[in-house]
Amino acid sequence: MMTEDVIRSLRRRRLYNKVFSLLFMASALVATITLVVIYSTLIYESAGFFQHVSIVEFLTSPKWTVLFDEKHFGVLPIFNATLLTSVIAIALAAPAGLAAAIFLSEYASLRIRSVIKPVIETLSGIPTVVYGYFALYFLTPEFLRLVVPDLGIHNALATGLMIGVLILPIVASISDDALLAVPSDLRLGAYALGARKIDVTLRIVVPAALSGITASIILAFARAMGETMIAAIAGGFRPILTIDVKQSMETMTAFIAQVATGDAPQGTIEYQSLFAVGLFLLLTTAVLNFVGLRVVKRWAIRY
Amino acid sequence: MGDQVLRRRRVKIIMDKALPILLSIGVFIGVATVAALLIDVVLGGWHRLSPELVMNYPSARPTEAGMRSAILGTIYTVGLAAVICIPLSIATAFYLTEFSGTGRLPSILRYNIANLAGVPSIIFGVVGLGFLVYGLGLGRSIIAGAFTLAILTLPLVTVTCIEAIKTVPDDLRFGAYALGATKLQVARRILLPRALPMMLTGGILGVSRAIGEAAPILVISGLLFIREDPASLFDRFTVMPLQLFNWISRPQMAFRELASAGIIVLLLILLALNATAIILRHKLTKRLTE
Repeated sequence: MMTEDVIRSLRRRRLYNKVFSLLFMASALVATITLVVIYSTLIYESAGFFQHVSIVEFLTSPKWTVLFDEKHFGVLPIFNATLLTSVIAIALAAPAGLAAAIFLSEYASLRIRSVIKPVIETLSGIPTVVYGYFALYFLTPEFLRLVVPDLGIHNALATGLMIGVLILPIVASISDDALLAVPSDLRLGAYALGARKIDVTLRIVVPAALSGITASIILAFARAMGETMIAAIAGGFRPILTIDVKQSMETMTAFIAQVATGDAPQGTIEYQSLFAVGLFLLLTTAVLNFVGLRVVKRWAIRY
Repeated sequence: MGDQVLRRRRVKIIMDKALPILLSIGVFIGVATVAALLIDVVLGGWHRLSPELVMNYPSARPTEAGMRSAILGTIYTVGLAAVICIPLSIATAFYLTEFSGTGRLPSILRYNIANLAGVPSIIFGVVGLGFLVYGLGLGRSIIAGAFTLAILTLPLVTVTCIEAIKTVPDDLRFGAYALGATKLQVARRILLPRALPMMLTGGILGVSRAIGEAAPILVISGLLFIREDPASLFDRFTVMPLQLFNWISRPQMAFRELASAGIIVLLLILLALNATAIILRHKLTKRLTE
């Protein structure tokens, strides 16, 4: 009687364990299944788009006028705008983020660090519509126009700089991790040879953490390319192929937002163009993320 | 010759002292932006803060406009997203830390979680539109928005949950196994209670991220003018950041002020959430260590 109860309860325990083990595994599969759904949905709907538009036209035509009467389907203008704003963003975020990381890991006391690090991380927690508002109503009219008087209301410069502030914490926090992972033996060895702090920092620690720093910049760049609301609010909706950053220009993400604010019924070419642009954007950022994650992995093994 | 060496030495000494000042410019850019942004928003919008801003429906007249439907839309979508995302993340974290072992499958799953984290948020909107709204026929509904936000925040919350489980000392786990506990018992009785505070912090982190996301919801729901409360999960909806986007896009000064006031409300909600996370974590951790 007693032993039977024990056996039954043991069996039940084993069954529960099995059931939950399968349940947990199913949950863990969700992310992977989602990736499959993302790629197959984009490819499926893009296939409809590329029945009307040749891939050659998509990749080489210098005009993107999907929402006009006379339609041209060259992705170059909006790709160019995405690239240009992201380059401006990284030109701000890479030096500033790296400087902040070096300051935090090599110079700041624990107290200062514990105050400043959360403030910098706050930057990536602010909703991006708020940044868009700030770029449109403060950065351009009250700040940048002092330096560049003929700046347009919507322009690529303010868009890029604002995205730069948004991605600064990415560069700072991954670089900070990389710098902290450099073994202190290297620092102490250099000091023992009589090196100054500046030489230890810039010639020993930073080079040793270089792959982590590189990865932080690549990942931040990918994030910049995918940013939507800042580009839509501060960059505007003008799909023009230009390198004049004082002008308004439409990024790939802003184009998707523009189509979304209007009316693009399912099955129309405007609707399908969402997926073609989405796929193009995703593939570009996926390559960058792939390279970035690879670099992180290599650095992680070294120490 | 000796002069030159001395001069180089002096330059080096000055550079050595100057470097931290130069580096702190990087920190300054970040801190100054947060400060300028907050000051600009508060000065621009504090006089428009009123109960009507929260209680009224949107209106073409800026003096009467409020964000009631947007606030309710945010509560419904993000709330449902959290209910989907948090249990899923905890289960995923348990599988990857305790149940999976070290085969090929778990390492592929881990890699794909990192990959999902790198997908731009607007892509979630585009795929949500193609797959959930039209493919599965959910329509431009709260439920489609909630699923999209749940998946969007999944990697972030999962990673925090994995970290949370890893902070539990191995001695406790091994001790339980030595007494013959099953993996499920270890997960439920040893790991979950100790990791829960940090898991909830991760959940709140995910919720704040979801509240601020405008891009994917814009694609799924469009820019709507909604003057009623949502009645079912299949209703069309709008969310706070989209209402703000709408006000920001209008040229009139009155709407700009309204946007500032709305931003203050949004930031206060996010601040309250983060404060709750910190307090919650502090309290729960204290109770466990006592």
